[in-house]
Amino acid sequence: MKKVSYQKLENYNPFFWGLVALNGAIIFAGLGAAYVMEHRGHIVSGMNNQIVWGLPHVFAVFLIVAASGALNVASVSSVFNRPEYKPYARLSGLLAITLLVGGLSVLVLDLGRPDRLIVAMTTYNFKSIFAWNIYLYIGFLALVAAYLFAMMDRRASRTTLLGKAVGWFAFVWRLVLTTGTGSIFGWLVARESYDAAIMAPLFIAASLLYGLAFAVLALAIAGQQLHENLVIDEMLGKIRGLLVIFALAVLYFTAAHHLKNIYGSQHRGVERFLLLEGGIYTGVFWVGQLLVGSILPLLILAAPMFGRSRVAITAASVLFLVGGLAQMYVIIIGGQAYPLDLFPGMDVSSLFQDGQVAHYGSSLPEVLLGMSGLSIAMLLTGIASRLLPFLPRFAKEQGAGGTAAA
Amino acid sequence: MSCRSNSDAGCGSSGACERAAASSEAVDNARRTFLRGAAALTATTLAAGVTLYVFAGEPAAARSPGEKAIAKVRWGLLIDASKCSEGCTACVSACQSENGWRDTGHPTTDARWIRKLTVKDPGNGATFSLPMMCQHCAKPPCVDVCPTGASFRRADGIVLVDKHICIGCRYCMMACPYKARSFIHEPLDDQRPYAPRGKGTVESCTLCVHRIDEGRTPACVEACNEIGGGAMLFGDLNDPSSEISKRVAVYRTTRIRDDLGTDPGVRYMNI
Repeated sequence: MKKVSYQKLENYNPFFWGLVALNGAIIFAGLGAAYVMEHRGHIVSGMNNQIVWGLPHVFAVFLIVAASGALNVASVSSVFNRPEYKPYARLSGLLAITLLVGGLSVLVLDLGRPDRLIVAMTTYNFKSIFAWNIYLYIGFLALVAAYLFAMMDRRASRTTLLGKAVGWFAFVWRLVLTTGTGSIFGWLVARESYDAAIMAPLFIAASLLYGLAFAVLALAIAGQQLHENLVIDEMLGKIRGLLVIFALAVLYFTAAHHLKNIYGSQHRGVERFLLLEGGIYTGVFWVGQLLVGSILPLLILAAPMFGRSRVAITAASVLFLVGGLAQMYVIIIGGQAYPLDLFPGMDVSSLFQDGQVAHYGSSLPEVLLGMSGLSIAMLLTGIASRLLPFLPRFAKEQGAGGTAAA
Repeated sequence: MSCRSNSDAGCGSSGACERAAASSEAVDNARRTFLRGAAALTATTLAAGVTLYVFAGEPAAARSPGEKAIAKVRWGLLIDASKCSEGCTACVSACQSENGWRDTGHPTTDARWIRKLTVKDPGNGATFSLPMMCQHCAKPPCVDVCPTGASFRRADGIVLVDKHICIGCRYCMMACPYKARSFIHEPLDDQRPYAPRGKGTVESCTLCVHRIDEGRTPACVEACNEIGGGAMLFGDLNDPSSEISKRVAVYRTTRIRDDLGTDPGVRYMNI
C-alpha cells in the first residue's frame, strides 16, 4: 500500500449536525437521569437488592468490552504487520478511547455515591479485581493516547519503532483489560451463572466482535458524511472474514460455557432458567443474542447474493452490536435474576424474595443513562474526527471503485 | 446437713451421731455427684439447646473508646434451628428497632439486615426456620471484591462497611453468597447515632458492634432469649472456655455454604 493519508470530518451537512444534536440531547437526558437517581436514590431505577446491576451496567460493560476490541484494527496493523489496516489504525485508537470513556461515564454516574469518584481513584483494595480494572482502564486510556501520538505526531511517526513498541504494549494491555472485565463476573463464586474462568476468553472474543462492528459503523457514518467509501474494496473481504471469525469465536465460548454448566448437575438449575424457563432472559438469549445478534448477521455475511456489499457488512455489524447488548443483558441481569442457592437441594422462602426469581424492569432513567454512554462515545468520536485527522483518505480511483462495488 | 439437725432428729449418742453424720455426708456427696453428673448429662446430651436459653452467650468485655479490636477474639453466633419457630420474628424486630431500618412498603428495595428463612426438604417435606444475616466470614468475599476497601473485617471478626468510603458500586452485593447486604435506595431519616446509614451506600448486619464494644450482646440474641425461642448464642469462638466454643466443640454445627470456603462466624445446629 502506498503512503497513507488521513483527513478530518470537514463537510458539515445536516446529517452531521443532526447526529450531534441527537447525541447531545441523549447525553443531556442521561445526565438528568443520573441527577434524579443521585437525588432521589436508586428507587427511581428498576434495580433492587437482588438485581443490583441493571441496564446501565449492560451498556457500560458492553461499551468497555467494545473499547478494548476497537483497538484491534490498530493492533493488526502495527503488531501483526498488516499494512492494509494502517489507514484505520487512528480511528481504531480513537474509538478505543471514546467507547471506554462512554462506558466508564455510565458506570460512574450509576454509583450510589458518584460524588465520591475521587475516593474510588485514591483508595484502593488491591485484592479487588474491580480495583484492578480501574487501573487497567486508566492505563488503557493513557497507553492508547500514547499510541495515537506515536501514529499521528509528525516526528514520532517518522520511525515505526515507537509505534510498534507502544502498539505491542497496548495490545497486551487490552488483552489483560478484557480478561479483567470478564473476571469481574468470572470470579464471583456466589452466583451460579458466573463463577467460570471461561468468562475471560468469552469477553475477549466478544470485545473483538463488538469493537470491529463499532469500527465498521463509525466508518460507514463518517463515509456518509464525507460522501466517500472509507472501507475500500480490498478491505471488504478482510473485514467480512474477521467479523465471521469473531462471531464464531463468541458462539464457541458461549456454547462451551453453557455446555459445561449443563454437564454438571450443580448448575443445571441456572441453565434451565436461562435457556428454557427464564421468560425474558430466555427470549433475549435465543432471539436477541443468537438469532438476531449472531445467526442472522452470519447468514448475511455468508450469503453469496450480498457478496462484498458495504450495506450488508454494515447491517451485519449493527446486528452484531444488538446481539452484544442482548448478550450482556442475559449475562448481567439474567445471571442475577436466578436466586442464590443458600441451601443446595432445598426449597427456601422468605419475605426477602429468597428462592424466587427476581423481577426487574428497566426504568426510563436507566435507559437514558445507558444510552447516554453510547452517545458520549459517538459525540466524542465525531468531535475528535472534526478536530484531528483520524479518518483515512484514499485516492479517488479507489473510492470510486468502492462506490461501484457497493 | 449438720450434726445438730441429726441430734434434733434423735440420733442418740455422740458416736452414733458422728457415724450418722459421716454416713449422711457420704450420702450427700454421692447425691451431689449424681446431681452434678445428671445436670451435665442433661445439659450436654439430652437438651442440646437448653443452655442457649440459659446463657445466651457471655457479654462481651467492654472496650474503651479508641481501643483496638484484637484478633485474639472472634465473635460469632450459634443458632439452634430446632428452637427457632417459623412465625417468630423477635430477632428481626429487635434488629430493626436497634439499628433503625424498617419496612417502607418497597420489599425489593428496603434494607434488610436480618431475615427469617423457611427451608423445606422437597424430598420429605421436613421444614425448619432460621434467621439469616451477615455471616461475618473469616474470608469474606464482600471484603475481597470491594474496590475502595470500604468493606472490611475487624480484627475480632466483625465484617462492616465504612460508610465514608463506600461509593455504592454494589459489587459486594454481587459477591455475597448470603444476600446479606442491602443498598440504600431512598433518602433516610430517624437514624441511630451508633448505626449511621447513608443513601447510595451498602449496609448489612454489624453484629451490633456498638453493643459488643460496650460489653453487651447483639440485640437479636437478647430478644431471641427474652421473647423468642432462645435459639441464639453469642460469644467468642476463639475462647475455649466460652459457652459458644463449648457448644461448637461438642455438637455438629453447620456453616452455610461452607463449600465456598468463606468460614462464616455464624454457625447453625439442627439443620
